Amino acid sequence: MIRFLFKGILRDKNRSMLPIIVISLGVTLTIVLSGFLNGAMTDMVDQNAKFETGHVKIMARAYAENKDQLPNDLALLGVDSLIADLKVNYPDLQWVKRIRFGGILDAPDGNGESKGQGPAAGIAINLLNASSGEVARMNLSNSIVSGSLPKNAKEALIGDEFASKLKLNVGDEVTYFGTTMNGSMTFQNFIISGTIRFGIAAMDRGAILLDITSAQEMLDMKDGTGEILGFYKNGVYDDKSAIALETAFNKRFEDNPDEYAPEMFTLRAQNNLGDLLDYANNMSAIFVIIFVGAMSVVLWNTGLIGGLRRYQEFGIRLALGESKGKIYRSLVLEATFIGIIGSLVGTSLGLLGAFYLQNYGINIEGMVDNSSMMMPTVMRAKVTPALYYIGFIPGVFAMVFGNMLSGIGIYKRETASLFKELEV
Amino acid sequence: MKNRLIIACLLSIWILQAKAQDANAILEKVDKNMVSKTEITESEMVIRGKRNVQTIGSKSYTEGNQKSFTEYLYPERERGTKMLKLGDRLWIYSPSTERTIQLSGHMLRQSVMGSDLSYEDMMEDRKLSEIYSGTVLGEEVLEGRKVYVLELIASVEDISYYKRKLWIDQERYIPLQEELFAKSGQLLKKTVMSEIEQIDGRWYPKKINFKDVLKAGEGTDFILKKVQFNPPIPAYIFTKASLKK
Repeated sequence: MIRFLFKGILRDKNRSMLPIIVISLGVTLTIVLSGFLNGAMTDMVDQNAKFETGHVKIMARAYAENKDQLPNDLALLGVDSLIADLKVNYPDLQWVKRIRFGGILDAPDGNGESKGQGPAAGIAINLLNASSGEVARMNLSNSIVSGSLPKNAKEALIGDEFASKLKLNVGDEVTYFGTTMNGSMTFQNFIISGTIRFGIAAMDRGAILLDITSAQEMLDMKDGTGEILGFYKNGVYDDKSAIALETAFNKRFEDNPDEYAPEMFTLRAQNNLGDLLDYANNMSAIFVIIFVGAMSVVLWNTGLIGGLRRYQEFGIRLALGESKGKIYRSLVLEATFIGIIGSLVGTSLGLLGAFYLQNYGINIEGMVDNSSMMMPTVMRAKVTPALYYIGFIPGVFAMVFGNMLSGIGIYKRETASLFKELEV
Repeated sequence: MKNRLIIACLLSIWILQAKAQDANAILEKVDKNMVSKTEITESEMVIRGKRNVQTIGSKSYTEGNQKSFTEYLYPERERGTKMLKLGDRLWIYSPSTERTIQLSGHMLRQSVMGSDLSYEDMMEDRKLSEIYSGTVLGEEVLEGRKVYVLELIASVEDISYYKRKLWIDQERYIPLQEELFAKSGQLLKKTVMSEIEQIDGRWYPKKINFKDVLKAGEGTDFILKKVQFNPPIPAYIFTKASLKK
């Protein structure tokens, strides 16, 4: 029976070609788009976590209210004891200090006069202590365009684009000037140890990366920091656990009226990432629902057209004594084979496309030139195990479902009028 | 009836002109009292931040309204920082980096040492009568002193505050209070002068409280410790070379 059906599919191309093409296209699109959007959104969430939000972030209440202004005058103080406490109470996470600051970077000429100035977006992280994991977390080693990572507190990394704009090279000295935590003017010379490209337009324009101890001294923030970021040690954000952690931590300080008391925020609660997380989680389901719905309608129609074309064949088979149920089942079985063939072709093509987009991505640099949002300039797909079946199962299902609907017509044939219909 | 209307119009124009003249004459007298050819001052700035209060001492040399040189004396973190203003240019020297950096653009709107004063405020020392045209709004009693209330509207383009409202002591020709407004009418800063003493024949405030109304806190006190009017100041003080000395 199966051999017979296969022969029918192979020999009567009119019966199988169109459904296979439709299913292949649908499955390919589902896999590529699902993989791409899932990859792009995961990347955005991941980059935000690594560079800005952490899996959870602790700030002083007053700082959190104005965090976009980088109000280091409202920063957390006494952070060493707070981090020690966090390490004891929440050992599943790694806790790191970060200071974000603004200011001006001034490049001197040979006579010490300014040859160029530009607004700098500074990030101070634990660059010199490998156990903090910050260098790996921010993928700094792979992001270096020239030079190397800072080896001491007087060295800094700056954005490659920024360095070109100020005509700076590795080994040159630059002066940062800005304001301390107390509002005083502060000046600090740094040697450029390397230039860096994060692939994030908002950062590449004016980034300067310093070691946290150097920034604390420069900004008069002894034992202070703007933010404490917590990262799950397995590197994966756990929404439920993070929300429980946030609730428990904030409960400890709810009776503390101090506007500088620490407050914890999950990744979900920052930068509108909650919506993005929900969207990313539901992305595959959305695609499958759209795919199955649209494909079923298309394949139902294809089945109806096929049914009309095979009207005579079904009539003869009924006239020869084959039961309606048997014809219906053979039609469904045939649809299953066509669905499997189409889904196999579609999954193969879709995975090829997804792998291509995972490796090469789509460069959107031109579109995010003026963006202040933390998003990658190359959007990449992410090939996950789910992609191997996410298009396959709905592909088969849509074909079978479409043919089950169109095949109902078989039961409406009247045996008494068969010969009259077959006279033509 | 027609004649009466014309007379009323002419009278009101004359009154307005007379008031404007009064305001300009008052400003001239204020400038004459406050502005000297050269000046050396030693002062303290008491900056009240949200979390701490810091006092910064400095010594300033001024010549006319184009040149000034300030050296910060304490605390340790600020000691040796110097500022030089020549015309519309401002340089800052930092001893820790041994760099002299010219401030320009939006940096001039930054707060000086975390105070309620901006670098632009420090740069602006043109005579009020040169950059504003004023009208007398009326007379009041402030802190027991009879004062003129003046409204000044900018008569030049390159100015930080479009409108000023001044309360000027009628006897000593010194502002006792001032409010600074943006062109939109938004109040930006308030200044209160107190501890007014006569020094070398001039009435001068020994304490000025600057309050940036857009910032929280009690404002910044500028306390005058010593002042010399029209002392000789060597020309080299107002050169970039003096910043590194």
